[in-house]
Amino acid sequence: MYSFEFEKPSTIADAVAALATEEAQALGGGQTLIPTLKQRLAAPSKLVSMSGIPEMHGVCVEDDGSVSIGGATSHATVAREAAGSYSALAALAGQIGDPAVRNRGTIGGSVANNDPAACYPAGVLGSGATVVTNTRQIAADDFFQGMFATSLDEGEIITSIRFPVPQAASYQKFLQPASRFALVGVYLARFAGGVRVAVTGASEDGVFRWSEAEQALNKEFRSDALTGLRVNPANMIADLHGSKEYRAHLVSVMTKRAIEACI
Amino acid sequence: MPKDSGIGASSKRREDVRFLTGAGNYTDDINVHGQTYVHFLRSDIAHGRIKSLDTSTAEAMPGVVKVFTGKDFEGVGGMPCGWEVTDKHGAPMQEPPHPILAQGKVRHVGDPIAAVVADSLEQARDAAEAIDVDIEELPAVIDMKAAAQDGATLVHDDLKNNVCYDWQLGETDDAKVNEVFANAAHVTTLDLVNNRLVANPMEPRVAVGEYKRGTDEYTLFTTSQNPHVIRLLMCAFVLGLPEHKVRVVAPDVGGGFGTKIFHYAEEAFCTFAAKACNRPVKWTSSRSEAFMSDAHGRDHVSKIELALDADNNFIGLRTNTFANLGAYLSTFSSSVPTWLHGTLMAGNYKTPVIQVNVKAMFTNTVPVDAYRGAGRPEATYQLERVVDKAARELGVDPIALRRQNFITQFPYDTPVALTYDTGNYNGTMDKLEAAADLAGFAARRAQSETKGKLRGLGINCYIEACGIAPSNIVGMLGARAGLYDAATVRVNATGSISVMVGAHSHGQGHETAFPQVVADMIGIDESMIEIVHGDTSKIPFGMGTYGSRSLAVCGSAMVKATEKVIDKAKKIAAHLLEASEADIELKDGQFSVAGTDKSVAWGDVTLTAYVPHNYPLEVEPGLEETAFYDPANFTFPSGAYACEVEVDPETGKVSIEAFTAADDFGNIVNPMIVDGQVHGGIGQGIGQALLENCAYDENGQLLSASFMDYAMPRADDVPFYGVDHSSQTPCTHNPLGVKGCGEAGAIGSPPAVVNAVLDALNSGGKAVDHIDMPVSPSRVWAAMNG
Ligand SMILES: Cc1cc2nc3c(=O)[nH]c(=O)nc-3n(C[C@H](O)[C@H](O)[C@H](O)COP(=O)(O)OP(=O)(O)OC[C@H]3O[C@@H](n4cnc5c(N)ncnc54)[C@H](O)[C@@H]3O)c2cc1C
Repeated sequence: MYSFEFEKPSTIADAVAALATEEAQALGGGQTLIPTLKQRLAAPSKLVSMSGIPEMHGVCVEDDGSVSIGGATSHATVAREAAGSYSALAALAGQIGDPAVRNRGTIGGSVANNDPAACYPAGVLGSGATVVTNTRQIAADDFFQGMFATSLDEGEIITSIRFPVPQAASYQKFLQPASRFALVGVYLARFAGGVRVAVTGASEDGVFRWSEAEQALNKEFRSDALTGLRVNPANMIADLHGSKEYRAHLVSVMTKRAIEACI
Repeated sequence: MPKDSGIGASSKRREDVRFLTGAGNYTDDINVHGQTYVHFLRSDIAHGRIKSLDTSTAEAMPGVVKVFTGKDFEGVGGMPCGWEVTDKHGAPMQEPPHPILAQGKVRHVGDPIAAVVADSLEQARDAAEAIDVDIEELPAVIDMKAAAQDGATLVHDDLKNNVCYDWQLGETDDAKVNEVFANAAHVTTLDLVNNRLVANPMEPRVAVGEYKRGTDEYTLFTTSQNPHVIRLLMCAFVLGLPEHKVRVVAPDVGGGFGTKIFHYAEEAFCTFAAKACNRPVKWTSSRSEAFMSDAHGRDHVSKIELALDADNNFIGLRTNTFANLGAYLSTFSSSVPTWLHGTLMAGNYKTPVIQVNVKAMFTNTVPVDAYRGAGRPEATYQLERVVDKAARELGVDPIALRRQNFITQFPYDTPVALTYDTGNYNGTMDKLEAAADLAGFAARRAQSETKGKLRGLGINCYIEACGIAPSNIVGMLGARAGLYDAATVRVNATGSISVMVGAHSHGQGHETAFPQVVADMIGIDESMIEIVHGDTSKIPFGMGTYGSRSLAVCGSAMVKATEKVIDKAKKIAAHLLEASEADIELKDGQFSVAGTDKSVAWGDVTLTAYVPHNYPLEVEPGLEETAFYDPANFTFPSGAYACEVEVDPETGKVSIEAFTAADDFGNIVNPMIVDGQVHGGIGQGIGQALLENCAYDENGQLLSASFMDYAMPRADDVPFYGVDHSSQTPCTHNPLGVKGCGEAGAIGSPPAVVNAVLDALNSGGKAVDHIDMPVSPSRVWAAMNG
């Protein structure tokens, strides 16, 4: 890697100040960023670690019943501490990578990175969560802007993410055989006000909501409600691990399995 | 009764204590005073002409000791190929130069263009980025069939085409083969691909070169399976150094699987540069570098045809294979698709007429060479897939079809140049049927179907040739090396023993298994014996470890040396016991005079050998013997494997529910280690069958260049294995009666897995004939919906 400065502030304000330096970058668990640096694919002037900021850690239930997760909370912590309050999300966190990745990687890093095959973006979009930053609150529907793109500004920090808790939810992940990221992952959440279906791994445009499926499920919430319904293969990713048609097919299968898990 | 020591005991692997407690000594653990680091600038273009190369900025960068390019190696030899294959017209193979650093052209992504030696690795990398190289891109030669066409772009401008050799084995008369097929009652034909693999041993390659100006001596520490072979090739063919001035050390090596047999440019570079810089030079491959510089494995595209008569007897077999050699000839690459592949095409069957045709191709890809099984998996896969397809087409039981065609008389001369000394293929099949509970399969299938899963059973037989030999025959076939091995048994005064062996252990457990043999022969405790290996300054000579040869070849040398030690010790004992040498017996570490109660202990005899006060005058003091052993023939392990899979028809995902192996390895020294070798081999075979795929795009870019896209098998991809090696036909020509077990699992498992998947799909009413490996979910789904 190229050399860089390192800071580990203990407050959000100090972190924001540290990130004001040109080419400074936030460091979460480093599970994406550090390999990128090792390959010399990025050259930040400074890394500002989120790990020493107490208010960005942990899982808590808010007065309105929503679950709030600090931006620097590890996947392993979410898997453990959200198991009671939001079990589907905890299960998602528990399926990310391997124990080492789960103990280092953070929800803020994952969501900020918005890898098209990552799991959390599906959980956040599928839950209709709110991404809270040092300056504002961003609805999930406005946050994800396509592969590796988000509405975060330069130097903006995800301090927490607030999840409304659905009546039922399920994340169905079909593993890409090599990376074990999602070849296709479907997060389905059923709220009193309607069903949300978010799909990761599949699309050229990153995580997306499958609105036709949502409409069908809002009419009747049954596993055969989607019969005949399919996402358009044209927008799907094609690579070594699966064609566009295969991914489109898997979206239907994984959604059906998510429905069954919610019934 | 299982034994608790000596031959046949499952002695615990003593080397694991240091491996598992972080006390191993791997090459990267070796750091030499004053050492520098080298970083190789590698081509990111598959095929191109170097128009200009300017290293002046890099040379002036901080910490840079020297920057090397192809020019620095103009007076030096290239990387040699150790096997000259003669084509079917009697002409030698085309053998293009293989420079240490690119000369004029780059020929694959990863081809080294320049090397920066600096005080630190980061400084070397910084400077490498400052090298200005201009490469004119040429069309990449990737597809083997296209590469074989007239007028195809040439990988090597000085060759007449991209075909290294057009080789044939078996029946040379095409008319005769055609006639067999014309008269057949049934012909089964199959086109298949044996997927390219990257071995990916856990430890990447490392080399540390050191030069001592005062004595003009070189030392190379390297991750090798055969340090003497590296020394010989590097001294004699590449750098022109006197062997007695060069020491090659391969300390603990974290897995090889064949890919660490070969002499690599980085090893020669570090040795050369250590003198040129007058400082030690170290190179540690990154995983990304390993993907584009370690020799790859397999990569065959084949058509196989099987002719059967009206009674389902195999009457003829013909194969046509394109074998990818990559951009350059790696050390043993030429032998893999030929003598290690064609010779195995008879398999376990008495097919009378066999013709094997192989075109070996140069392409703009990483060189391809031996990988666990080397040629034999490619042969077995073709044969066992076509036999399975024939059984399905004919509507006969695949086991019955195999049994009907088994070779049952030994020795057996195959039509493809081998003589199987012994075997019992029905014996291993009987063991398999019992161990895998094949009778219970129908019930298990019904159970899977209640869960909406398709269950399949895949059967496979294999024969392999191990302990490649003898030297005079392989020499006639083109080998540029002998394939014997050596051992020195050095008995210390107090009776403990160091055995210096030419075999190299990089996971095989030699340090445990070899002492079991010597301990058994003398009747002393295993702990009194230590194995020394991996250092040309310590061992007599050694051809190293590959091809499941260590125990069969080097172990035999060790037995011979131990016999010599015992003979001499008996002379000393006879003197001490005042008896005739002929009357001395050795048992449980005691020399005794037959028929008396007079005896003397092993330790007293060894002490006498070194303190020869009361000593036979005609016997030399000391107790140390060396033996070289050149085998009379290959050994022929064989076996029958069964794989049971479940296929999820919705997603195409395959899960392996059971895997059973029944092998015949002849006599067994350590059953636990043999089990482990079979487990590891099956794991890699399942990896090839379901997961691993080294893929290039049409421009020669490696699509699977990291573990993000190259799927290695993980623990939960494989089941608990059933392993049975109780069917034993000992090898007839080596002293231990052993055959070799290192590669069997990787040879026998891929066809079993694929056969099982196809059985599952056909049971679900999907008439799918074939799916190429890796049988990934997307491929299964596409085949089911195609
Ligand atoms: C072997 C392996 C397997 C994996 N498997 C999976 C998987 O199955 N599913 C999955 O979803 N992911 C997987 N991942 C990715 C993992 O979840 C990462 O942890 C995650 O993508 C990045 O989180 P991080 O905390 O490590 O972020 P970092 O790598 O530290 O940072 C990533 C990016 O986010 C930015 N960033 C970090 N924190 C913040 C913040 N609080 N606010 C704003 N920006 C921030 C950084 O500047 C950087 O641009 C895997 C990773 C590895 C190495």
